[in-house]
Amino acid sequence: MGASSLRRIWGLVYRHLALYRRSWPRVLELMYWPVLQMVVWGFITAYLAGVQQNTATIAAGVLLGGVLLWEITLRSQMGFAISFLEEVWSRNLGHIFVSPLRPWEMVAGLAAMSVLRTVAAVLPAIVLAFVLYGFGVWRIGPVLVVFVFALMAMGWAVALAVTALILRHGAGAEALAWGVTFGIAPFAAVFYPVAVLPPWLQPVALSIPAAHVFEGMRAALIDGRIAWDHLAWAVALDGVWLALAAWIFLAQFHQARVRGALLNIGE
Amino acid sequence: MGGMETPALLVEGLTKTYTPGARPAVDGLSFTMPRGGTWGLLGGNGAGKSTTIAMLLGLLVPSSGRVLALGHDMATDRFAALARMNFSSPYIALPHRLTVRENLRVYGHLYGVPEMERRIEDLVAEFDLGDFADRPAGQLSAGQKTRVALAKALINKPALLLLDEPTASLDPDTGDWVRSALERYRAETGAAILLASHNMGEVERLCSNVLMLKGGRVVDEGSPAALLAKYGRDDLEEVFLDIARGRERAEVQ
Repeated sequence: MGASSLRRIWGLVYRHLALYRRSWPRVLELMYWPVLQMVVWGFITAYLAGVQQNTATIAAGVLLGGVLLWEITLRSQMGFAISFLEEVWSRNLGHIFVSPLRPWEMVAGLAAMSVLRTVAAVLPAIVLAFVLYGFGVWRIGPVLVVFVFALMAMGWAVALAVTALILRHGAGAEALAWGVTFGIAPFAAVFYPVAVLPPWLQPVALSIPAAHVFEGMRAALIDGRIAWDHLAWAVALDGVWLALAAWIFLAQFHQARVRGALLNIGE
Repeated sequence: MGGMETPALLVEGLTKTYTPGARPAVDGLSFTMPRGGTWGLLGGNGAGKSTTIAMLLGLLVPSSGRVLALGHDMATDRFAALARMNFSSPYIALPHRLTVRENLRVYGHLYGVPEMERRIEDLVAEFDLGDFADRPAGQLSAGQKTRVALAKALINKPALLLLDEPTASLDPDTGDWVRSALERYRAETGAAILLASHNMGEVERLCSNVLMLKGGRVVDEGSPAALLAKYGRDDLEEVFLDIARGRERAEVQ
């Protein structure tokens, strides 16, 4: 990556940082949902710990760990897709696409924004989990770094596909930017093992990178071991998801150039 | 491409059909625009001006034909050309929550402008943006927005500038001010400017050559003076109406 590419990527990131610097409600909104989720699930955890005989699983923090790690996927996907939507809403895409910014540089800029938004969103929830409920997500161990990377990569893959749909269908597809990852949650084994799912649904779950991360998280928190097989699957599936999403994005970007949608993409 | 300077734009057989079987929006457009000139693209609504500009910028893939911008093929090497081009249109906004300076910084980075802050201050001074340079772009008047859009379009000192209706919805004073700025920029830098406009006075004042489009085709071409003489008219608006309504010189007389 050359210095000129890095500068163009920074240009895009600067554009979004300038937006957030000027709008505290946007910053507050970033933190609002993860913190709310943490508060709700914290009380649910406390309640379940009180009524269950065997509280070992709950005490290990799998529910709170699930909430925090799933928020990483969710915020990573939203951070990417909503940053793209900001360009659609401001009707600025025409200027962006007649600049020398390459499509991959735009993707890199949106991914960088996704990282920054995710950190801003999830960090307060992580602190809250420790302060209110005594759960430190670092209890998972150093493998947490790989989990975070794998979940963010899955978020980018979903966001790339969503962005492709916005290029295809305009801002009419923006509801997907908010909701699509919520739809994956029931199959991603966030709060329960894949084995709980009906047998016919388990292959679907095991094709989702996050399901392997959460199996790995439970292995780390409950058994204190690193599930290398799940880790490898998560990383490999992320590669497949990202490659597939990049192909869909590039195909739709080309189609948008064929249809002339880049100048007037909107509702 | 040899020792000779390549033209600003070399367009060959440019055609765009949005729907298979439908009439092309642009149909076999060919022209060679030299460096240093200001050309006008005239035509009624639906004549193919915006489609042509979108293809020249690489925003739209032609159905056939090719565009060489500053010697670079827009089908295979568009980013090399785009770094030395720029574009302004009243129909494409700049992020309205960012201030004028922030917007110029964004595009300064995207175009890799050297000594960017100095360039921005030069543009702020040249386009008299100082009073509102730290206000969000969305709070500006139409005239102020146009001046900011023009400053953005000149941030990289483009060798080729494409403008879509640069003075649309401006009062006569601001419109005149923008036209003077364009004349000054072309004189100082030798840049080529292609503008699509419905303002015939503007085209007469700025353009050394005019392409008259109708139904996606060039139906006439020449300097404003040559077109006036050819159609026996006193101003370009009458020539435009003759062409739009399909009247030849003999019919007019």
